[in-house]
Amino acid sequence: MFRVTRRYRFAASHRLHSARLSDEENQRLYGKCNNPYGHGHNYEVEVSARGPLDASGRAVDVERLDELVKRHVLEPFGHCNLNADVNSFECVVPTSENLAVEICRRLKENWSGAFPGEWPKLDRVRIAETARNIFEVKPFEVKPFEVKAHEIE
Amino acid sequence: MLITRKVEFSASHVCRLPQLSEQENRELFGLAANPHGHGHNYVLEVSLEGQPDAVTGMVLDLKELKEILMRHVVEPYDHRFLNYEVPPFDHVVPTTENIARDIWQRLEPHLTDSRRRLHTVRVYETPDLYVDYCGEGPCSA
Repeated sequence: MFRVTRRYRFAASHRLHSARLSDEENQRLYGKCNNPYGHGHNYEVEVSARGPLDASGRAVDVERLDELVKRHVLEPFGHCNLNADVNSFECVVPTSENLAVEICRRLKENWSGAFPGEWPKLDRVRIAETARNIFEVKPFEVKPFEVKAHEIE
Repeated sequence: MLITRKVEFSASHVCRLPQLSEQENRELFGLAANPHGHGHNYVLEVSLEGQPDAVTGMVLDLKELKEILMRHVVEPYDHRFLNYEVPPFDHVVPTTENIARDIWQRLEPHLTDSRRRLHTVRVYETPDLYVDYCGEGPCSA
């Protein structure tokens, strides 16, 4: 079994602020990340797929993976304000945990359109918000669209 | 416990299947099908699983691991055109997946014994594209 990992980048801004907390609590919890005007990151996203080799000696058609990620992650998230421009974060705090879950969910939901066969399977999504803060999620940890990411235990 | 050693080699390759037409190869492999080949600075990370020895405190002396990687991978691969100079790539397409598996097969007899086992071979074709191979079973890590 092989695992193929591709790294992508996008830049976006966000503000960490929970509607369930008071302004003081938000300030105490999120610190600088609660700045009302938001701030940005150069996010790095690693998408891994696993599978056996096909007749061409590859486990994953990387070009097809690139198209999938471009369409469902890089284009909707790149150079956006995640809170204001991405519906998924209307009611969900765009922490990198929730961002990783959202990216994984989008890839999981659209996976069979790009890879209709049994293999390859989506293996994991890993996000580096900065070089020092890294978040990883596997598809089985991600619930379908209707469920808000913050409700996942 | 896992220990990992990283080495680098530069090599050229071309990805084509002889039974396919020029156009089919282009569609399947894209730019990698260019008949004259192209090259990469490959980065290889090899991880071993084992327990530190009670006396030396090491799973395997990393100097020894480096020598094994140099002798069995870097020396045969470095500054070579893989398709022409490094079997089995005279008849196996040198995709990153097949390179990872060939490296695994070259290294495993020298690294797996009663005290440790080869755990993962990770090959970076570029900093943004890499393959993990952990033998024929699933990758556990």
